[in-house]
Amino acid sequence: MKKVIEASQAIALGAKLCRPDVIPMYPITPQTHVVEDLASMINNGELDCAMIDVESEHSAASAMIGVVAAGSRCFTATASQGLFLMYEILPIISGMRFPGVMAVANRALSAPISIWNDHSDAVSARDQGWIQLWVESSQEALDAIIQGFLISEASNVQLPLMVNFDGFTLSHVFEPVDIPSQAEVDKFLPKFKPVYKLDVKKPMSFGPIGFPDSFMHFKKQQQDAMINALEVVKAVNSKFAKAFGRSYGDGLLDLYKMKDAEYAVIGMGTLCGTAKVAIDKLRAEGKKVGLIRIRCLRPFPEKELQKAIKGLKAAAVLDRHISLGQKGPLFTDIRSAIYCNDITINSYIAGLGGMDITVKHFEKVFKDLAQGKQKGEWLFD
Amino acid sequence: MTLKEIRLHGRGGQGAVTSTQVLAIAAFHDGKYSQAFPNFGVERTGAPVESYVRIDEKQVNLRQHVYDPDYVIVLDSSLFDSVDVTKGLQKNGLVIVNSDKSSKELKKKLGNVNVHAINITKIALDVIGKPFVNIASLGAFCALSNEVSLDALNKAIDELFIAKGKAAVAELNKKAAKAVAEGCK
Repeated sequence: MKKVIEASQAIALGAKLCRPDVIPMYPITPQTHVVEDLASMINNGELDCAMIDVESEHSAASAMIGVVAAGSRCFTATASQGLFLMYEILPIISGMRFPGVMAVANRALSAPISIWNDHSDAVSARDQGWIQLWVESSQEALDAIIQGFLISEASNVQLPLMVNFDGFTLSHVFEPVDIPSQAEVDKFLPKFKPVYKLDVKKPMSFGPIGFPDSFMHFKKQQQDAMINALEVVKAVNSKFAKAFGRSYGDGLLDLYKMKDAEYAVIGMGTLCGTAKVAIDKLRAEGKKVGLIRIRCLRPFPEKELQKAIKGLKAAAVLDRHISLGQKGPLFTDIRSAIYCNDITINSYIAGLGGMDITVKHFEKVFKDLAQGKQKGEWLFD
Repeated sequence: MTLKEIRLHGRGGQGAVTSTQVLAIAAFHDGKYSQAFPNFGVERTGAPVESYVRIDEKQVNLRQHVYDPDYVIVLDSSLFDSVDVTKGLQKNGLVIVNSDKSSKELKKKLGNVNVHAINITKIALDVIGKPFVNIASLGAFCALSNEVSLDALNKAIDELFIAKGKAAVAELNKKAAKAVAEGCK
């Protein structure tokens, strides 16, 4: 059924369709509508799920450990400072190999205080063992939640997954969304079958100490699982296409007008929608330009990216975050992935703390690329 | 049809965001693609707020704010003192203003732009019994723009309010929107 709904509601509906057993929830702007919608679904009896009204995000993440350890499917959502309050727990969830999905309505980090969008919250958490999907539209937001559980729970993955959607710039947008039926999703996403769970009949220890002789082996296994996830993300995207008639590039990268492109922009999230409009405009003027949207930031699709940039003269990366003292983390990831290719890559810092990213910005970025020189790394208005 | 952009000016508490939500739903019922989103400040009752709508025949990918609107809807004409409501307005653009003044009088204030004034507050007070102008103002948009049909608007109002169990509110808003549309003829 197609309906005009808010992206936050699309996320909530996506979560509901995955039949979570428990949702620990703590509201924070601009994620609040997600947990409000879920709480009301539970209250109305539309969603048979336990809600834990926790006292902080630290507790929401901690509850996730208990829920998944007990063998149940868990969903939660947060943003910004809320994600950072979870920070202590993020690597514990992934290190204990607990699958589950968390939506992050990406928002800037204080100070100065900002409720608006950028990517600094989740990008900063990229090293904590969570798979990270980044979405562009409300439709993709809903779909990524459903895909997310299947990826996260795959037997050769068993890792938690974040679905990142831009705060306000997407979370508060109303647009048409095709809402799958429960029967369709049930067919696509089987019931959660935990590999290990707390069981009084079969006692087991979870999260014991890792002595120096074993710790590195655990990390190696996590890294192997992350690398496995590359193929799983692709396979789930293909399976999703067959089941629902929609897909997002190869699942890892979503390419737009890249076939004969000479110049490309690379980015994540909603800025890619605006980039498409700029690309259409420049294409009408005969310019061969395209877009590489990074849909999966962790694991990082290095091989796919190397393939995508073939034939390009130059590319520009737009980071909605800066690793202060370095450059944008997306830029450094991309540069490291393609260092041996003879192509110029420009780095831009854009849209921090809700500064609007516009078609004009992309026209400037493409002009810089065509002229072979960059005027300024910071895209101010 | 090409992309049409609408900017709605109101004050915190007037329901500007709901208004653009309803307009996006209405456009969708007319078989179009649509997108509605607020430009959020930190909301305070009475503070100027802006909310946007895009309507197109094809999927709307653009995510920037609306800078060059085809239509502007102003829910409260006292905003003229603090907000440049005609900023970026397209050459053939239209400004719809809720005001007790005439279009001619407002034109003096707003300059050389197409202005249509209608006293939506009065109609809302008559029909709803309260100064709820956010949905009613869409009647003027339907009548003056031809971008969205009044039928689709009625469906959108039903969709929003009946889901919330407020059928009576839906009826009153539909009635007010119709009266505003008729008042624009």
